[in-house]
Amino acid sequence: MKKLINTAESVVEDALNGLAAAHPSLRVRDRVVYRAEGPRPGKVGLVSGGGSGHEPLHAAFVGPGMLDAACPGEIFTSPVPDQIIDATRAADGGAGVLHIVKNYTGDVLNFEMAAELCDDVPVASVLVDDDVAVQDSLYTAGRRGTGATLFVEKIAGALAEEGAPLEEVARVAREVDDHSRSFGVALTSCVTPAAGKPTFDLPEDQVELGIGIHGEPGRSRAPMAPARELAALAMEAIHGDLPLRDDLLVMVNGMGGTPLIELYVVFAEVEAFVRGKGARVVRSLVGNYVTSLDMQGFSITVCRLNGELTRLWDAPVETPGLRWGR
Amino acid sequence: MAGMLDTDLFLAWTEGAARAVRLHRDRLTGLDAAIGDADHGTNLDRGFTEVGKALTEWPPTSPAQVLVSAGTTLIRRVGGASGPLYGSLFRQLGKSLDTPVTLAGFAAAFESGVQAVERLGKAAQGDKTMIDALAPAARALTQAVQEGADEHKAFERAARAAEEGAKATIPLRARKGRASYLGERSIGHEDPGAASAALIMAALAEAAA
Repeated sequence: MKKLINTAESVVEDALNGLAAAHPSLRVRDRVVYRAEGPRPGKVGLVSGGGSGHEPLHAAFVGPGMLDAACPGEIFTSPVPDQIIDATRAADGGAGVLHIVKNYTGDVLNFEMAAELCDDVPVASVLVDDDVAVQDSLYTAGRRGTGATLFVEKIAGALAEEGAPLEEVARVAREVDDHSRSFGVALTSCVTPAAGKPTFDLPEDQVELGIGIHGEPGRSRAPMAPARELAALAMEAIHGDLPLRDDLLVMVNGMGGTPLIELYVVFAEVEAFVRGKGARVVRSLVGNYVTSLDMQGFSITVCRLNGELTRLWDAPVETPGLRWGR
Repeated sequence: MAGMLDTDLFLAWTEGAARAVRLHRDRLTGLDAAIGDADHGTNLDRGFTEVGKALTEWPPTSPAQVLVSAGTTLIRRVGGASGPLYGSLFRQLGKSLDTPVTLAGFAAAFESGVQAVERLGKAAQGDKTMIDALAPAARALTQAVQEGADEHKAFERAARAAEEGAKATIPLRARKGRASYLGERSIGHEDPGAASAALIMAALAEAAA
């Protein structure tokens, strides 16, 4: 499989150099991405991180209104505690730091170790676990963090920007996670630079249901079907877990290898499904935001909004990956 | 000298583990591709390479130093779940050793290291994780000591128990780690963490041979 890389070993480093060169608002040092202007005194700092390969998540969401620092690990591998500690210090404006952690064993362990070692900065943590494909959490590592991570980073980032204290920012972050659900469908596997071949084989006439964001296989396979049926399948899974009602924020997210035109095809079906349940899509996002390298497919994330969450979603944001209202 | 485990033995262990992980890197990554995210071999290879560098840069003077340094390096360099888990195993093992190291002392310290991994990963035997290789290895080691085996025999029995434990993960359904998301579909695959744990225990037997 052809890849635009120099070497498989240097791909994260090389991409971070490109990110820094393209966006003067960001600084990159020792695998930590942070705002060029540094932390704002008195503001709660937001740090997130995880394996690379999900771009624009998380590094391109560093900037006013969202994250203060991000620590990207190797492809699909969580960052190490040293990086998380550096990111926490880079984000600390004296009001404490919120760690936004996707619920994967590796991310949880490394962030826990970092928080323990970082005793000079007050740290709160929020676990994002929105993936309804993981059903029996008693017998698994628990639900995965996927698309809702972007919602948490945006909404908690907006509240932090308003000057709210750490416990308030952590509370709203948990509220967003509680109100959000996701489900993903893959048309193909993805190719990591190290492996150079697809992580799993998926026949041309099949789709993988309930995928995560690391090219791992999902829970089951189904025959390929029209977008309407695949969207309905994902929405039924979400609706069965968190009934759709009132005002919703909906993201139709591409996994990295799906053209935008197909994502809009899916979005039309999702919007019709929501209307059919008597709810409303009042805010939306369509594009590649939480990706799995070059995987083809989509995920849908739904968040039940209220007045506060809508206001914070609408608040200005200025990052390479997401910007409006300024 | 029989019954005494010195710094060189533990250095040989970490070097042997690094060689084994490199040799089996693609197999480990392949196992991980089936039920995880296809990076276990790559990550451990990077980690044990860094362990070698750290031990060359700051030569250890005791078995405890070898193991604590190896564990700290793994935690700091590997990432993922395997970094903190293997890192804690080696650190706890090192911190629990009294000098001079006897086989009985090592067996007790190893039990304590495995318990640290169980606590951190919140996993028990049967969850289809590295514990399925490490816990039987710890028990085999302790039993061998009680039966008066020398270190060659004791480490060989631990390595065999780890290997059997790793193979025994094949029919299991994963309950922890990334493979747990597959549910029933994780059945029929060897757990990559258990497979790497078996390699590391085999390297110990080889170092003492």
